[in-house]
Amino acid sequence: MPESSFEDINNIYVSSTMPPSRQYSQSTIPLLPFRHYIGNTEFCTENNTSECMLYISQELLALGFPSIFFDLNGLRELDVISALNSMYGLLQMHRRAVGMLAELEVEQLRVSSDLHCQQLTNSKLKDQLELSKKENLRLCERERQLEANTKALHHCLKNEKEEVQKLQNVIASRASQYNHNLKRKEREFGKLKERLNQLLTDKKDKKQGMDVLNYVGRSDGKRSQWKTGKTDSRHESDMYKALLNEFDKHQRELMIENAELKKVLQQIKQEMVGILSPKRQSGETQKEEKPKEFTDQQIASDEEEENSFKGTSEMSCEHAREQLSNSIRQQWRKLKDHMANLDNKASLVHLGQGINEEMISKEVHQEEMERLKLEIQQCKDFIHTQQQLLQQQLSTPWDEETAAVLTDCYMLEEKERLKEEWKTFEEQKKNFEMERRTFTEAAIRLGHERKMFEEDRATWLKHQFLNMTFTDQMNLKTQNTLSEYAVQEQKHISSPKTPL
Amino acid sequence: MNFSEVFKQSNQLCKVSPDGKYLATCVQYRLVVRDVNTLQILQLYTCLDQVASMEWSSDSLFILCAMYKRGLVQVWSLEQPDWHCKIDEGSIGLVSSRWSPDGRHILNTTEFHLRVTVWSLCNKSVSYIKYPKACQKGMDFSADGRYMALAERRDCKDYISVFVCDDWHLLRHFETDTQDLAGVEWSPNGCVLAAWDSCLEYKMLLYSLDGRLLSTYSAYEWSLGIKSVAWSPSSQFLAIGSYDEKVRILNHITWKKLTEFEHHPTITNSKAVVFKEVEKRPQMTLCFSFQFDSASHRCLVSDEIPPLPVQVPVVKPDPDRANPKIGISAIAFSVDNRYLATKNDCMPQSVWVWDMQRLGPTAVLEQTAPVRFFAWDPRRPRLALCTGNTKLYLWSPAGCVSVKVPVEGGFQVQSLFWHCSGDSVVLLGKDQLCLCYMTKGHSALVV
Repeated sequence: MPESSFEDINNIYVSSTMPPSRQYSQSTIPLLPFRHYIGNTEFCTENNTSECMLYISQELLALGFPSIFFDLNGLRELDVISALNSMYGLLQMHRRAVGMLAELEVEQLRVSSDLHCQQLTNSKLKDQLELSKKENLRLCERERQLEANTKALHHCLKNEKEEVQKLQNVIASRASQYNHNLKRKEREFGKLKERLNQLLTDKKDKKQGMDVLNYVGRSDGKRSQWKTGKTDSRHESDMYKALLNEFDKHQRELMIENAELKKVLQQIKQEMVGILSPKRQSGETQKEEKPKEFTDQQIASDEEEENSFKGTSEMSCEHAREQLSNSIRQQWRKLKDHMANLDNKASLVHLGQGINEEMISKEVHQEEMERLKLEIQQCKDFIHTQQQLLQQQLSTPWDEETAAVLTDCYMLEEKERLKEEWKTFEEQKKNFEMERRTFTEAAIRLGHERKMFEEDRATWLKHQFLNMTFTDQMNLKTQNTLSEYAVQEQKHISSPKTPL
Repeated sequence: MNFSEVFKQSNQLCKVSPDGKYLATCVQYRLVVRDVNTLQILQLYTCLDQVASMEWSSDSLFILCAMYKRGLVQVWSLEQPDWHCKIDEGSIGLVSSRWSPDGRHILNTTEFHLRVTVWSLCNKSVSYIKYPKACQKGMDFSADGRYMALAERRDCKDYISVFVCDDWHLLRHFETDTQDLAGVEWSPNGCVLAAWDSCLEYKMLLYSLDGRLLSTYSAYEWSLGIKSVAWSPSSQFLAIGSYDEKVRILNHITWKKLTEFEHHPTITNSKAVVFKEVEKRPQMTLCFSFQFDSASHRCLVSDEIPPLPVQVPVVKPDPDRANPKIGISAIAFSVDNRYLATKNDCMPQSVWVWDMQRLGPTAVLEQTAPVRFFAWDPRRPRLALCTGNTKLYLWSPAGCVSVKVPVEGGFQVQSLFWHCSGDSVVLLGKDQLCLCYMTKGHSALVV
């Protein structure tokens, strides 16, 4: 069977062409199904020869070969020659196809290798591009830096030039000034030389002297003194006295100023403390409790400081001064913080985030302001009308009678009342006087009567005593005592003249 | 405001006596003494030559007339008109002549500043002071008249000598650390002496009365330095005007700079009021038509107050010339220490008034012509200035007023000075003078 030789030939072809095509299986050209040719046992068997022949003839016809059959009496007989020709033609075709395939494959290889090369070069070029871009950026950056440098240098150069210009101007003005001075000196020198020449050649030397009618006294009237060592020392002492006086005056002024400034500082400090402390004591939110405690402490310590400072306020030493200024600074900082807090609160209120107890809203504040303004206006109007009336009163011209009558007309009623009261008062006073007099008279009379009464009593007792004869000596003592007692009594009664 | 009639004067020689009663003027070689209120001629003296300088003695009893060309000084007595005194300097020449504070000595500076001769009117004594320096302000007397400071130069070094004016005893003599001493000035309290260097170096030295150096102040180097100096009447401040258009104020406690006032061409400070004199054409204002009618009129041309920011006109000086017209050439404190008036030569038409309490500008007076002279009232804060035209300008914190001098034919006010009572101003023209009496109760002027 010639099939095996075909196989060998095919194998050769296959083996020669297989490996390269296998490598580049990615190529899109669909490979011819150029499989290893094994014996074609599957296509034609003994049973289906006629079908196979028909099929083959059809295929051949389709490919453009003449038919392999010829009709012999209605039977299709295989024309061996045409079949062989067809086979030959097919072989030729095949060879050609293989050749073309080989070429194509070579082409493809070439192309793919070209592509590969291209890709390689492409990637290489991309890398190069990257590198060159970076290089470019770097160079740009460098250029920018250099430009900035040049700008700065230009600037410096400009400055230096200006500087140089200025210095040149200065030099020029100085030079012109020096020249001017030099010329002036030369001119003067020339004049001096001329004068010297003139003096040397001049025969007459005009002497200087003073011609005065009579000498005048000194302006302060005193006599001039001889110049001695004493006067020199006196001059020195006068000079130093003047200087010392000036220093003293200066120092006094500075002391006064210093004291005033210290007072002002103290006042400021007290006021600041005052401003800060009541605010802290009012109700606050929890957030500010801690700082509140702190500030209370601080205020307490400040007060202590103040108390201790009062004693040292007269001292002008460094320590006291520093203390005062430090405490003022602290207070001022606190005040600033407080003001900042208030500002924040105010801004919050403004944004409508709730009204704090301490703060009054803007509208209420404005209403208050309006009300106060209105009050002020009313008061002003009132004062104005009053003033007008006063003016009117003062300015209207009256005749004398009405003026006389109308003077103090507002006080008339009160005056009348006052007069009446005076009258009643006077009457009462008189009454009192009279009563007093009667009382004193009565008292005097009473006194007299008492006296009389006592005298009578005394005489009566005497009579009794004298009438009693028997019991004289025995009752003498008792009588004596009695009389003494009576006398004493009399004395007691008569002596106190109580004024009524 | 009342104006007197016009009198002749020559050389701008016109002085009021220190007691304020008399006015002395020089007309060529004659000395005329008038009563200040009535302007009647009281005395008339004739000098030997045209008078170059004239000065009253401190007790208002004598007048000194100096004739530099002849080297003569003549002294006249007011009480005794026939008393005469003539000082002849001879061949040594005369450059300046002045009274000593006691009014009994005359200090003559010879030509070329060879020496200062002190002549006494009380006795025959004559004193000589060698090597005085020829500079801007080489000699100054203290305010109480007890001491005199004199700048000297010998062997290329500057010295200051302090003399006791009583008997011209040399109290102190010390060298100063200056390149070229330009001036000395006592503080009003008489205890500090300010000495400054020439404009080539900015250096201000402060010496105590006993010659100790208290402090040195130098604001900058190399550029032109100090141009003008003024003490405040209380001796609290020393104002230094320099060529860099700034005034620096030193305080008397530390002698360090308290502040500096800059004369910026653009004024933006809202506290400073700018008074700008505006040229008004005669037809537009009614004032001018009345000016010749009455002697005592009030022709007030109020200045315009332009809105801020204002540009002050600047004149650029010629940089090649010596003593360039740049910098603060005139400074003056008001008598109550409150105000300071300055003039910057670059802005010659403006006078700046600074408030010393606020340490800032309070007014800028801009005129139509360069300001020639300004002076403070010796009693109150009122400033009078003139620009060489026919008007007198007055500024006070209440406002600004300008008055035209009602003289036929025009009166160019070139200089002025106040009477010591502050009630009148003497205006000096080229060869004329006129008195301006301030009427009391003029609300715009009285502060």
